[in-house]
Parts: sequence; C-alpha cells; structure tokens
Amino acid sequence: MSEPLPQRETMEFDVVIVGAGPAGLAAAIRIRQAAAKNERDISVVVVEKGSEVGAHILSGVVVDPIGLDSLLPEWRNHPDCPLTTSVREDRFLYLTQTGAHRLPTAMMPKLIDNHGNFIGSLGNVTRFLAARAEELGVEIFPGFAASELLIEDGKVVGVATGDMGLDRQGNPRGDFVRGMELRATYTLLGEGARGSLSKQAIARFGLDKGRDFQKFGIGIKELWQVDPARFQEGLVQHSFGWPLDRHTGGGSFLYHFDENLVAVGFVVHLNYANPTLSPFEEFQRFKTHPAIRDTFEGGKRLAYGARALTEGGWQSVPRLTFPGGALLGCSAGFVNVPRIKGSHNAILSGIQAADAVVGELVSGRPSSEPRAYEEGWRQSAIGRDLQPVRNVKPLWARYGIPLGIMLGGADMWCNQLLGKSPFGTLSHGKPDSACLKPIAEVTPITYPKPDGVLTFDRLSSVFLSSTNHAEDQPCHLRLANPALPIEMNLPVYGEPARLYCPAGVYEVVYDDEVAKSKPRFVINAQNCVHCKTCDIKDPAQNITWVPPEGGGGPNYPNM
Amino acid sequence: MKILVPVKLAIDSNAKPRLKADRSGIDLANVKLSINPFCEIAVEEAVRLREAGKATEVVVVSVGVGKATDAIRSALAIGADRGILIEAEGRVEPLTIAKLLAKVVEEEKPDLVLTGKQAIDDDSNQTGQMLAALLDWPQATFASQVELDGAELVVTREVDGGHQTLRLSLPALVTTDLRLNEPRYPSLPNIMKAKKKPVETKSAETYGVDLTPRLSVVEVREPAARKAGIKVADAQELVSKLKAVGVL
Ligand SMILES: Cc1cc2nc3c(=O)[nH]c(=O)nc-3n(C[C@H](O)[C@H](O)[C@H](O)COP(=O)(O)OP(=O)(O)OC[C@H]3O[C@@H](n4cnc5c(N)ncnc54)[C@H](O)[C@@H]3O)c2cc1C
Ligand SMILES: Cc1cc2nc3c(=O)[nH]c(=O)nc-3n(C[C@H](O)[C@H](O)[C@H](O)COP(=O)(O)OP(=O)(O)OC[C@H]3O[C@@H](n4cnc5c(N)ncnc54)[C@H](O)[C@@H]3O)c2cc1C
Ligand code: SF4
Repeated sequence: MSEPLPQRETMEFDVVIVGAGPAGLAAAIRIRQAAAKNERDISVVVVEKGSEVGAHILSGVVVDPIGLDSLLPEWRNHPDCPLTTSVREDRFLYLTQTGAHRLPTAMMPKLIDNHGNFIGSLGNVTRFLAARAEELGVEIFPGFAASELLIEDGKVVGVATGDMGLDRQGNPRGDFVRGMELRATYTLLGEGARGSLSKQAIARFGLDKGRDFQKFGIGIKELWQVDPARFQEGLVQHSFGWPLDRHTGGGSFLYHFDENLVAVGFVVHLNYANPTLSPFEEFQRFKTHPAIRDTFEGGKRLAYGARALTEGGWQSVPRLTFPGGALLGCSAGFVNVPRIKGSHNAILSGIQAADAVVGELVSGRPSSEPRAYEEGWRQSAIGRDLQPVRNVKPLWARYGIPLGIMLGGADMWCNQLLGKSPFGTLSHGKPDSACLKPIAEVTPITYPKPDGVLTFDRLSSVFLSSTNHAEDQPCHLRLANPALPIEMNLPVYGEPARLYCPAGVYEVVYDDEVAKSKPRFVINAQNCVHCKTCDIKDPAQNITWVPPEGGGGPNYPNM
Repeated sequence: MKILVPVKLAIDSNAKPRLKADRSGIDLANVKLSINPFCEIAVEEAVRLREAGKATEVVVVSVGVGKATDAIRSALAIGADRGILIEAEGRVEPLTIAKLLAKVVEEEKPDLVLTGKQAIDDDSNQTGQMLAALLDWPQATFASQVELDGAELVVTREVDGGHQTLRLSLPALVTTDLRLNEPRYPSLPNIMKAKKKPVETKSAETYGVDLTPRLSVVEVREPAARKAGIKVADAQELVSKLKAVGVL
C-alpha cells in the first residue's frame, strides 16, 4: 500500500453484533425485548456481509422450533410466518451402489426424531427475524462486513467495517470509502461456522484451551422445483453410505416443502483422507442413485450453494466469552451432528448471550465478560441437546460405516435410556487439515461427467448462486506463503483445493497443459461462495479467508 | 434549482428471475429487489449537481407497494433530501406511472426531472419520454453527460455511431445512460441518516389517475437455452470460424 489510509469515523453502541444469521438476530431481538422490559434503551447494531439479510444463509433446513418458540412465542401466527411445512414422514436410508435399505423407524433413537419440526428455508427465517428485529429498533446494515476486531488493553471494544473501493493492490480507487469503527460495550460474533473474526478471537484469547479441536463438514445444496407427481409434502429423508466409501463420513438430506420444492444436499465430513475426493462430485453422483434420481425427473434446478458446518459438538465448543464479548451459534459450534441441526441452538445461544449481556448492562457496572452465558449453557437446553450425542461423530470417524453408525446409534440409545454413555466422552483426535493422506498412498477417485440435466459442473452451478464480487479489489483469499500450493500441496496432495472448493475458485494451470510444464496456482476469488472450506481443509493451513468488500458473495434467494 | 428523480424498485441485476408456474409473469417471492441501476445513476447525478452548488434540493419519488420505500431509502443514502412514496398495488404501466409523476411535478414544481433510461426488469424505456410529453417539456434521453450552463442544460447523448449534444431550456427532462456516472458506495453514517430523512406516503387514488392496466400480458417465456460454445485457440482461428459461419 502506498499511502496511509485516512482515519476511520466512529459510532458508539451498547452492543454490536456481527452477522445477521439466526444467532445474531436472536440476540438482537432478545436484547431489545429485555431492554423494553427493563425500561432501558439498549442500542443494538447488526452488520451483515451479504448484500441483504439471508443472501449468505444456506442450510437444510429442518427446524426444531424450540428456539423460535422461546424467542417469539407467537411466530406461528404471524402473517409472514416463514415455516409452513410440518414434517410428516421421516426416512433414514443406507445406500449401496444399487440398493437402498430403509432403517425401521422403531430403531431410530428418539434423540434424532423429526416429529414436530418444520421444513423451510433458513434464509427466509432470517429475513423474518430481521423484520421483527427492526420493528424492535435494531439497526441492521447488510452489505457491510466486519473486517477487523478492535482490541484495546486486551479487550474487544468493537469492530471495523471493511474499506470499499480499493483496487487489487490495495490502493484507493476514485470511489473509495473508508470503513467505520463500530464501538460497543459488548461485541457478539455470530458469523456462523469458521467466522473470520471469531477465529481471531479464539486464537487471541485462547478460547479453545482445554477443549477438543473443532471439526467441520462441507454441505453442498441444490434447490429443485419438482414434478408435482413426485412431490411428497413434509417428507424428510436422510441417507448414508454410497457414494462415499466406508471410511469417509457424510450423507445426504432431501426435504420436500412448500409448493413442489425439494431441498437436496450432501454433507462430507472434512476429516476425509483421500485428497482426490471432490465433495461437489460426490453430491452430483449421489443424485444418480436409482432410489434418488426419480425425484428429479422432469424437475428444474433453481439454486445452488455451499457452506461449512461445525461438527465438533459438546467437547469442541470453545470458551464462549472473552473480554468485551462472546461467540454465538456456529461461531462457537452448536450443531447436533446426528440431527444435522444447529439453527435451533444458534437461536438459543443468541437468547442466552443476550440475557447475560442485558444482565450486565442493567447492573449499572457491566463487567468486561458476560460470564453467565459461558457458565450456563452446558446445563441449558443446548447442553441437553449436545451432550447425549457427543460420541456419535468420534465413533463414526473411528469405525467407519456401518460399524461406527451402529455404535453411534447404540450410544445414543444408552444416553436416552440410561442417561450415560459406555464410552465416556471420546476425543476427535486431530484437526481436519491434518487428515489428508499423500496422493501416492490412495486410489484416485474418478467421477462421471455431468449430464447437464440431473448432474452439473461447478461453473454452471456457481452461476445459480448469483455470486458476485466487485472485480477490482484485493484478493480475499490470502496465502501466507504464495509458493506453497505449487511447491508442497501439488506434489504431495495434488493440490486438493481444486477439488474441495465447491465453486471452482482454485485452479492449477500449466504453460503447456499436456506436458504439465510450469504449473501456476490461480485463485478465481470472484466465484467464492463464502463456504470457508479452504480456510479449514488446506493441509498447509496456508489459506486465510478474509471478508471481501461488503455486499459481495452469493445472493441466495431462499436457501 | 430543484430536481425530481423518479426511482423504481426492480429485480436485482445479480438475481436469477424465475417464471411463475402459470407463466403470467416473474415470481417475485424472495427475489432480491434493488433500486434500478439507471435510477441510481440519476440520483447520483442529481446529488452531484446539488453538491456542486447547482441544485438546491433533490426529491425522489417511487410508485409501488410499501417495499418500494427500499428504493427511496437507497436514494436517500446516496444523498437525496426527501422521498415520496405513491402506493399502488399490482402492475402499473409506464403510461400510468408517467401520469402519476406528472401530478407530482405539478405539486413539487421541479426545474429538472432525471429518470433512468429504462428499468432493467421490464426494459420498457417509455416512462421518461411519456412524462416529458405529458408535461410538454423538452427532453434528452440516454444522457452520458449533463452540464448546467446558465438557465440551460447541455446534454450529451449516446446515439448509434457517436454522440449528440443537445441544449435544453429548463424545466426539462433527462433520462440517464450507463456511462453518465458511477454511483458512490453509500457510507454507513449516510445509510443511518437516510433512515431519518422524511418520506411522505400517498395513495395513488388521491391523484385521480385511472390505474387500470391497458395492456394484458399473454404469456412470459424464458429465452431459449444457449447452445454450447466452442473454444478457439487464438484470434486467427476466431476470424476463420466467423468467416466460416458467414458473419465476417
Ligand atoms: C448444508 C447444511 C444443512 C444444514 N441443515 C440444517 C437443518 O436441517 N436444521 C438445522 O437446524 N440446522 C442445519 N444446518 C446448520 C445451520 O445452518 C447452522 O447451525 C446455522 O445456520 C447457524 O447459525 P449462525 O447464526 O450461527 O450462523 P450462519 O447461519 O452461518 O449466519 C452467519 C451470518 O453472519 C454473516 N457474517 C459472517 N461473517 C461476517 C463478518 N465478518 N461480517 C459481517 N457478516 C458476517 C454471514 O454472512 C451470515 O449471514 C445446516 C447447515 C448446512 C451447511
Ligand atoms: C445495469 C446494466 C445496464 C446495462 N446496459 C447496457 C446498455 O445500455 N447497452 C449495452 O450495450 N449493454 C448494457 N449492459 C450490458 C453490459 O454493458 C455488458 O456487460 C457489456 O456490454 C459487455 O461488454 P464487455 O466486452 O465489457 O463484456 P465481457 O464480459 O468482456 O464479454 C461479454 C461477452 O463476450 C464474450 N466473451 C468474453 N470473453 C470471451 C472469450 N474469452 N472468448 C469468447 N467470447 C468471450 C461472451 O459471449 C460474453 O458474454 C448493461 C448491464 C447492466 C448490468
Ligand atoms: S474459495 Fe474457499 S470459501 Fe470460497 S467457495 Fe472456495 S472453498 Fe469456499
């Protein structure tokens, strides 16, 4: 950068919230509700990097209403109620290449039952919550990414929004606008899985000390409009097994909702070992299974996207509070893996953090950490949801399929019937970035070509995510060492970023493609759908995802 | 000088519009809507004229349902001074919009009306021209440069094969083209201020304009899917391919 940038302007609030996901919005709503009860005016501002609320939200989604019921008890009767399809049927399939075996409902532990839940779009749930929050006086600013934690005297005192109008080299262009400092007594980070500021806060304040590694999965999703004859309103179907091998964790979801809409997606646990695996292609291949493909016959794909989710659960949740703030929702990691649900806990965590923050603020002498939140969650509904399923993921990782699944199921039954597990609490072992085997030690996976009807390539898929970034801006995928992808990742692992990135952002190109001479690592940052997988899975931990210019990224309509 | 800028809320240029199942139109449920880019350019130009001391007030007006306020707020965040929302349900045609705007012009008495050359949803390219005709004002469409010279406006227009310069006496109407300016990023404080600027809401009925559509939409269809392309190695091959298909 040639010249120092001008000073930032500052604005002061009681609470600044990063991210208008279910967690951040629940916290905002609860704070304003509690402020009104206490006859106090507590100012709350929410910044959201998506161009509008919901633009970056991607989920299944089957929602357990426990969070919404507690936040807005009247939500079901609201004229704009975003969840109108109730779960009617719950199916769990084990797939082999040609067969599909349905698990009898009686064998399914109650802990993962979907009865009483709703199917819909989490993006639309957040749009609904944002409207309620604004009615309560919350200021929400979509199109602004929080790019920096403001830390003074060892305490977080707010965030700064990103600069707009920098060119590729980081120099101000004609339309340059400097970011703002948003200062607050408490800063709540609700950035979702692998939040960029949350990652810094966790490292800076050692919040993961004494806790297990956080684990992740990548979820890739498509929204389809299907032939009405093939639509089964309220059907929720999950599968495991094919096309993944028995050592790779993951599975599919397929939800029928609204009018002839089917949300279909595939989750691959990011502890997979084979660097030639492509989560995107596994998903495409999954749709071709004889028990699955009929659903899409005569249908049309409407939307596409991808997002990482946390999978570490109970033993991986870091300390939630730090001087000046707290982590919410998936920034902390409250997903219940066997249920693949986290949105209910995201809302509950927003509520609990809000209660702790309001408690401090109305006390007149707010202490630097809203400690009641950290101290209370394990005994709360969130703890009761996560504790009994804590061994499912480690068992799956250790024993593969089907033994790990069976042990996981047995463990859930023990927890349900006896209230404890024969395994105690199992550890996750190692971080996802350390799980890849060198390419020389694996059998390379080859994938079928897409047909353009049921299965697709990456680029036509990214097109459907309506992803857009201002072209002339600094690359938001930072390499600590720009030489590593070609010097280490390529020879040892075949540069797996080419395959795990669901948006085709990373490429290795050669001067001569046939002779494979002079490889270069290319980053097509404008395609990035903000899933955060590269930040998690890169074996060299060399890629850091930072927020691009606000408003950039996908524009999901109802994912 | 007072400037009136009519703004429309349209499907965002990044959104992927989807047809309604009965093909009667585009399904707008949950589709991202934003201020029409050409309207945004018109607002930017008006605000620049005010910042240069050549205009005194910038008023924006939008016709539509309550959500149209979003377009007004975007304009206020760029720097417009106040807004007027004229509430009207359903499909309102360009002629009806122009008639409503003519009434607003009567009330507000602006010296200049700046509209977008077209809205990117319906692509009608009619409202500005119809409004100028109803007002019997001089008009300059597809403006790529607007300058105030005393009591006259000098407008450069983009036309086939070059530029045309027009001199208009005020009051006048100008429609904006893409290259007139690049709208600024609204800053956070300006977005906050925009939330507090006055927006007056009126019902379309009060203007005594007949809102019944005169056109009926028979069917809306998607464009035919594009055929797969081919990759050429260099310009030479491109030229020979183009020659082979007879376009060169
Ligand atoms: C494929 C898939 C399927 C799932 N299925 C289900 C399901 O069926 N049921 C269920 O309950 N849960 C499901 N989940 C989990 C659920 O989506 C998450 O638990 C939930 O979204 C977490 O909410 P959150 O508010 O913590 O984060 P998010 O929903 O991720 O929201 C975070 C928000 O913060 C914004 N943001 C992030 N960083 C910044 C920044 N620096 N500045 C400004 N804004 C920022 C983001 O743009 C985003 O809008 C699924 C997840 C995936 C990926
Ligand atoms: C709000 C808005 C208003 C607009 N208004 C107008 C308008 O008034 N008039 C107008 O003319 N346009 C308009 N456009 C379209 C816009 O100006 C176009 O993006 C622009 O005309 C494309 O020119 P380009 O060469 O810069 O684009 P590019 O992106 O460089 O290319 C466009 C096309 O060139 C071809 N192409 C590019 N690279 C290659 C390659 N390597 N090999 C083969 N083919 C290639 C492709 O077919 C591609 O679709 C508007 C767009 C928007 C969003
Ligand atoms: S670049 Fe990284 S964050 Fe962006 S889509 Fe690819 S893997 Fe996801």
